[in-house]
Amino acid sequence: MTPVAIAQSREAVTINVAAFLLTLALFGVYVTFLGHNPWDVYYVLWLGSFARMISIESTLTNAAPLMLTALCTAIPARAGLLVIGGEGALVVGALAAVLVGVTLGGLPAWLGITLVGLSAAIAGGAWIGAAGALRQRRGVNETISTLLLNYIAIAVMYHLISGPIRDYERVLKTSSWSIPDSLRVGEMPFIDVHWGLGVGVIACLVLYVVMRRTSFGFGVDILGGNQRAAQVAGLPIDRMVILCCFAGGAAAGLAGGFEIMAVHGFASESLAVGFGYAGILVAFLARQNPAAIILMAILLGGITASGGLLQRRFDLPDATTQVLQGILFMIVLASNACYGRIGFLQPKQKAGA
Amino acid sequence: MKHASSLARISPLAPPEVAITDLTKRFGALTALDAVSLTVRPGTVHALLGENGAGKSTLVKCLMGTYRADGGQIRVDGAEMRLSNPREAQKLGLGMVYQHFTLVPSMSVAENLVLGEEDMPAVIDWPNRRKALREFMDSMPFRLDLDRVVSGLSAGEKQKLEILKQLHLGSRFLILDEPTSVLTPDEADQILGLMRDLAREGRISVVLISHKLREVETYADEVTVLRGGKRVGQGQVSDLGRADMVRMMVGEAPPATERAGAEHVTGAEVLRIDGLSVDNDRGVTAVRDLGLAVRAGEVLGIAGVSGNGQTELVEALAGQRDATGGAITVDGKPFHRTRAEMRDLKIRLLPEDPLRNACVRAMSVAENLSLRSYDEPPFSRWGFWLDRAAIRSHGEELIARFHVKTQGPDALIGTLSGGNVQRTVLARELSEGVRVLIVQNPCFGLDLKAVAEIRSRILAARDDGAAVLLISEDLDEILELSDRIAVMSQGRLVHETPRAAASLQEIGRHMAAH
Ligand SMILES: Nc1ncnc2c1ncn2[C@@H]1O[C@H](COP(=O)(O)OP(=O)(O)OP(=O)(O)O)[C@@H](O)[C@H]1O
Ligand SMILES: [Mg+2]
Repeated sequence: MTPVAIAQSREAVTINVAAFLLTLALFGVYVTFLGHNPWDVYYVLWLGSFARMISIESTLTNAAPLMLTALCTAIPARAGLLVIGGEGALVVGALAAVLVGVTLGGLPAWLGITLVGLSAAIAGGAWIGAAGALRQRRGVNETISTLLLNYIAIAVMYHLISGPIRDYERVLKTSSWSIPDSLRVGEMPFIDVHWGLGVGVIACLVLYVVMRRTSFGFGVDILGGNQRAAQVAGLPIDRMVILCCFAGGAAAGLAGGFEIMAVHGFASESLAVGFGYAGILVAFLARQNPAAIILMAILLGGITASGGLLQRRFDLPDATTQVLQGILFMIVLASNACYGRIGFLQPKQKAGA
Repeated sequence: MKHASSLARISPLAPPEVAITDLTKRFGALTALDAVSLTVRPGTVHALLGENGAGKSTLVKCLMGTYRADGGQIRVDGAEMRLSNPREAQKLGLGMVYQHFTLVPSMSVAENLVLGEEDMPAVIDWPNRRKALREFMDSMPFRLDLDRVVSGLSAGEKQKLEILKQLHLGSRFLILDEPTSVLTPDEADQILGLMRDLAREGRISVVLISHKLREVETYADEVTVLRGGKRVGQGQVSDLGRADMVRMMVGEAPPATERAGAEHVTGAEVLRIDGLSVDNDRGVTAVRDLGLAVRAGEVLGIAGVSGNGQTELVEALAGQRDATGGAITVDGKPFHRTRAEMRDLKIRLLPEDPLRNACVRAMSVAENLSLRSYDEPPFSRWGFWLDRAAIRSHGEELIARFHVKTQGPDALIGTLSGGNVQRTVLARELSEGVRVLIVQNPCFGLDLKAVAEIRSRILAARDDGAAVLLISEDLDEILELSDRIAVMSQGRLVHETPRAAASLQEIGRHMAAH
């Protein structure tokens, strides 16, 4: 790493830690107003997220889809786009997993699982890739279009599970047919977390390498840094934008695939519980760096994981973890304004020329 | 009434005396200013001269409070000014006219003038305000129609409005950092003349940064010369000759462009444009039905007053703007502005305002130097694996070869001085074999030595057989470099002549005709 890169990551770490501490402090104020001792609340947050093996496992289970949905914002962001369609891409990926999965019962497990995963990824990729294409060819703002695509995806899901692919035998919950048991993926070795985590970590690392170490990633950085310079350099901008959107959407679609294969087994309203939106927060916390997403997803997974315990222990409102996430999101967005402004965090220039 | 006369805010107050003593500014290990002292007496025009990266912009930014100086004092009328406080600088009547425009393009002249006021009320009493603005305009030696929209102003008019805005704000001490690089010589003379007259009348003091010695000789009273962050000369302009100033700046006699290989051979037609039409941002045709051809080993110079479609033409050639009609061909094949074509046909381009148009601010100097070549060996192995070390060392080499003044290849491009950004992009575009070279105002913001060097390099590229399209608002530059000259006016080429037959009057007449 160059000295500038080191200084930049030091800056990011410092600002994020400060943002996180400030968030905790504000959250403490909030719970104090609700009549609780903030230190007790912090302790329970810790208990529910990282204190014991079981809570760590729950944290990691929550982190798995976040890693993948965060990539849906982070990869296009490197090309200069603000995509917020992770929620929709996850749902679309899950639907594709169900639709393909129910037809593949006869195949060997490894092949079936691979095919289901691929279909989920392709569906999610096409979903966000379409938003990228609309932007490049028709000038449609990608933030608006991906937001609308979220609503469309969820509406399509409700339509499908309440009619065309509804499993009428499951009476208590409106849901789709289930995929065959042979396509269900289990837990990873040594740890009680499903394989979505492993895939999420691998996806983040692979995309980190692609973005930081390949000429494609360098081209994307040029484009994201200054589109006019990318034009002068003759870069294939349309193709790069659509590819980045596709890659991001594919990651979120894969998250949907694992929700089906590893968690639910069928599509239902439980798919659209906000992993896509929380992924946006993770991407911003990680400053669109795929490797940093791994850590930030775990951090946010911890908050989600301890949410239930927090609510039960203190009888807090259901939205409490959302409040915490919301505070964190606001502060992280606001902290973006601090970059480049805090003197002691700026790169030290070395002597020369 | 508070706003009855903005004029009242300026004229009764004499401009302040600004005394800078031992001002020092470091960026990390680099000392950009080393104990520089200078005094600007009220009612004078004080020029700052120096090579690219000498510290001129840094000095005035310290004065304006944009940068915090590490040492030294600034006294305004004897009272010590707190450093690093832009508000205070403004309150004391110090104002800066930036090289890039800070106006709101979609608003009118009047709105832009009011916008800058620090105590702008929530509800503006326009009838009264307009009366005040009109009185203010009437008291100025130059005027603009209050109702015109800024986006319709020419570069010279925008520059005037920037100055009017500062005067309206009550600035009595104006700093102009390379104010004339976006202006035609006539506009520059007019504006600098006005500034000098205002100073003579004792209404303002001016600090003028310029690389153009002619402007300094004509309009400045005193001059301070910086080199490598140190003050190396100071004096009355009337006591100093041009040669003295150059010697102080570069420590030697002024270099001349080497017109190497005057007997270069002109080859086949390389770049050809037929019937090109391009719209500007507002959807108005800016380039209309333009045709030209450039041969190998030839410089075609396009002269013209800025705003006659030159920018749109270059943007169309750069792939930054779609043409509405016409064709661009290189070696007889259509040119689609793709990377593969640029590489195979060796097409290189330097647009105006390179930091905005051709650099990535978030990247280092070395990375910016590799924008053309990062996806080829040795920077990309097996076609995709990026070798950042190779990019860095290649950057180091170009930095040395083109004398780019930077703290190193890893420094962010935005930390370079204006002239050094220009050199960086030139280094990138000129470092390898070039077949088609498109350059717009290649010497903007460059110091004397660099101007000669870059012009020599452009001619060397031509001598090696490049087809060069030179678009410049500097007529001297056009005359010096071109083999053929054309004038661009209202989106068309209106006059074309071989250089040997070129007449200044004739070219000037076509430039001025509308
Ligand atoms: N923000 C910054 N960070 C680091 N170095 C800087 C910064 N600003 C300027 N410098 C360095 O300080 C030196 C002086 O720069 P400055 O912009 O004052 O030059 P200048 O005299 O205005 O040159 P030019 O004629 O090219 O505009 C340069 O070496 C430049 O790289
Ligand atoms: Mg400068």
